[in-house]
Amino acid sequence: MAKTPKIALIGNPNAGKSSLFNSLTGLNQKTGNFPGVTMEKLTGVWELEPKRSVEILDLPGIYSIYPKSIDEELVINILGDPKHPDFPDMAIVVADASNLKRNLLLFSQVRDLGIPTVLALNMIDVAENEGYVINSIKLARELSVEVAEVNAKKGIGLNGLKLAVIKTLTNRFASNDALPLPISEELIQDIQAEFGEAEPYRSLLWLMEHDRMKMFSQQQRELLDSIQAKHQFSGKKYQSEETVKRYEQITEVVDRCVINLNRQWDAVPVKTWTDRLDKFFLHPVGGYLFFLAILFVMFQAVFTWATYPMDAIDGAVASLNDWLKGVLPDSALTGLLTDGLIAGIGGVLIFIPQIAFLFLFISMLEETGYMSRVMFIMDKLMRRFGLNGKSVVPLISGVACAVPAIMSTRSIGSWKDRLITILVTPLMSCSARLPIYTVLIALVVPEKNTLFGLFNLQGVALFGLYLLGFFMALVSAWVMKVILKAKERSYFIMELPTYKSPRFKHVALTIWNSVNAFVFEAGKIIVAISIVLWVLASYGPGEEIAKAETRIRQENPTLTGLGLENKISAEKLENSYAGHFGKFIEPAIRPLGYDWKIGIALITSFAAREVFVGTMSTIYSMGGEVDNENATIKNRMRAEINPATGKPMYDAALGFSLLIFYAFAMQCMSTLATTYRETKSWKYPLIQFSYMTALAYLCAFAVYQLLS
Amino acid sequence: MANLADLKIGEKGEIVGFTDELLSLKLLEMGCLPGTEVVLTHLAPFGDPIAIRVSGSYTLSMRREEAETMLIKRT
Repeated sequence: MAKTPKIALIGNPNAGKSSLFNSLTGLNQKTGNFPGVTMEKLTGVWELEPKRSVEILDLPGIYSIYPKSIDEELVINILGDPKHPDFPDMAIVVADASNLKRNLLLFSQVRDLGIPTVLALNMIDVAENEGYVINSIKLARELSVEVAEVNAKKGIGLNGLKLAVIKTLTNRFASNDALPLPISEELIQDIQAEFGEAEPYRSLLWLMEHDRMKMFSQQQRELLDSIQAKHQFSGKKYQSEETVKRYEQITEVVDRCVINLNRQWDAVPVKTWTDRLDKFFLHPVGGYLFFLAILFVMFQAVFTWATYPMDAIDGAVASLNDWLKGVLPDSALTGLLTDGLIAGIGGVLIFIPQIAFLFLFISMLEETGYMSRVMFIMDKLMRRFGLNGKSVVPLISGVACAVPAIMSTRSIGSWKDRLITILVTPLMSCSARLPIYTVLIALVVPEKNTLFGLFNLQGVALFGLYLLGFFMALVSAWVMKVILKAKERSYFIMELPTYKSPRFKHVALTIWNSVNAFVFEAGKIIVAISIVLWVLASYGPGEEIAKAETRIRQENPTLTGLGLENKISAEKLENSYAGHFGKFIEPAIRPLGYDWKIGIALITSFAAREVFVGTMSTIYSMGGEVDNENATIKNRMRAEINPATGKPMYDAALGFSLLIFYAFAMQCMSTLATTYRETKSWKYPLIQFSYMTALAYLCAFAVYQLLS
Repeated sequence: MANLADLKIGEKGEIVGFTDELLSLKLLEMGCLPGTEVVLTHLAPFGDPIAIRVSGSYTLSMRREEAETMLIKRT
């Protein structure tokens, strides 16, 4: 059986590449990782004819083959290296017909790499509305490739594209010897003598971009450097002349193939919808107000609407656990399965609704083109703090989960801006902090008081915590901006795409893919940590744990049922490894007002903060499900007496100190792992962990000392 | 010589050159070639970044300091 041909989908951002990908592959998609990099790889199967399928690889949107950011680097690493496992058999370049010249630049570069290419002309309707009529048959002849007219959004023209692809796959034409600009033959020969025969343009790309290409070893890079020096070849100069030259050639072709009706009629350009909408969205006052309104609705969705499915998931996991505990023999293995594994999986699943809602909003905002307007109006503000207009998306996503948020920083071109964004994003209050905030606020903030009779004081406190996180992220970013050295200049040259109505199938697929990635990427780590935690909390040094049950029974001969079980499990926890750790760190957390019990919760939540509430409920002798009995865990914590003062343990000082600690502390292994993957160095997760923990400790200390 | 940042909303100019090699590479790729007509269409709050229409075909945004590297001739 012949190998399934691979087709790479290439195109400018906003040219309709993703729409076409979804139209071609539908639900036959899968996400994976590219070897060596952690970039999400989206592939799908497209059936050309019965029993003849091709694999479609969706590559990040780029304007030219010369990369300007991390996600763009991927494209040249694949297209430049014929030995790369994802090197395609052919490419489909998706071009926005309403902006043909700029889109053809990339096309001509891909074609010159010697990759058989089909040109898919998208958005012809838009071009025609603007008065451009494209003769695609003539264009195909001029460019000597197959050209297919498609409407990627509506899925029209896919049969024509199929034909073009089949033709191109069958008549594999000879490699391309074209070079955009003449260059000394010896230079190409020198490269080919060392690195083998290749299309001249590919050899030239190796010379110009070898620092960004993973196919070369350090030695080979030095060799390429010396070839460059020998011929006194300036890559930047060539690149700039190449671009100008390509545009000249493209302009000639386009002039022959496109009729501009506007020019013939000397018409005044019509005011488009985009112009009208931008008047409002980019308005100095209205623009910000609208953005705030969007944020408000998004928060409503993530924190109010998402609670219903979350409660359902929580309940389902709990009843599954109860049922399993009922039918399975009472053994350590059952405990590991229910309290360790299933509770851990439940801890992952519970975040799905919030992540889904968040990505619903984010992908809608991106699909419509509004997100680039947000970056546009926010850039100046963000820049003061060492961030970038593009940092807005990760910071907003951070409210759901820092893991996808950090992954979304890849589009930020400047390394320094990107690094700062990665480092401060976890300060945004993520959804895992929400249950902790809820319990603690309920303890220390009175419910009935209202501010001017308008707001619920607890709601105000919650909102305040989110603002505090955002504020701290800005402050930390500013400090890092002062400390960190810039490797390269930050820039903000960005297209403002036309507004489009969102394609709901695409939005749904984005949500599906993000949830998938979260469940399998972050999920693995969270589950592993939960199991470790379970072991630490279930076993202890010596015989104390084993003796706990008999001791409690002897001490409380009258106690039976749930009360007894709770007392026993609390005693066991105190004597477990986790309990010993809690007592060990008690001196360090005393100044913040915490005792060893809170110490256990702190330790367990260093892996993942969402275990806080669960740990607290175990420590305060609570059995069963926490969320269903929130009132009781609150009451238990409220009844706890501080042995030193004889007053309630959870007073305002301790409560706010804990809230502040959880708001700022780095308590998420998944985030640290993501930071490591994205920065490819242990240095940055270490910095992230240290500065956030120090910040949490100092602020919690200050709050406790001020209030007590 | 005027640069792009000197334009007011609605004013047109023709690109004549660049003062920064690295930025010029990016701008060239985006279709900002010498001879291309640009119109300043939007200013973000506080006047930075700015947005221009490039040869009537699409809108490009950039920071004021980046716009200063693009030399233009008012038309």
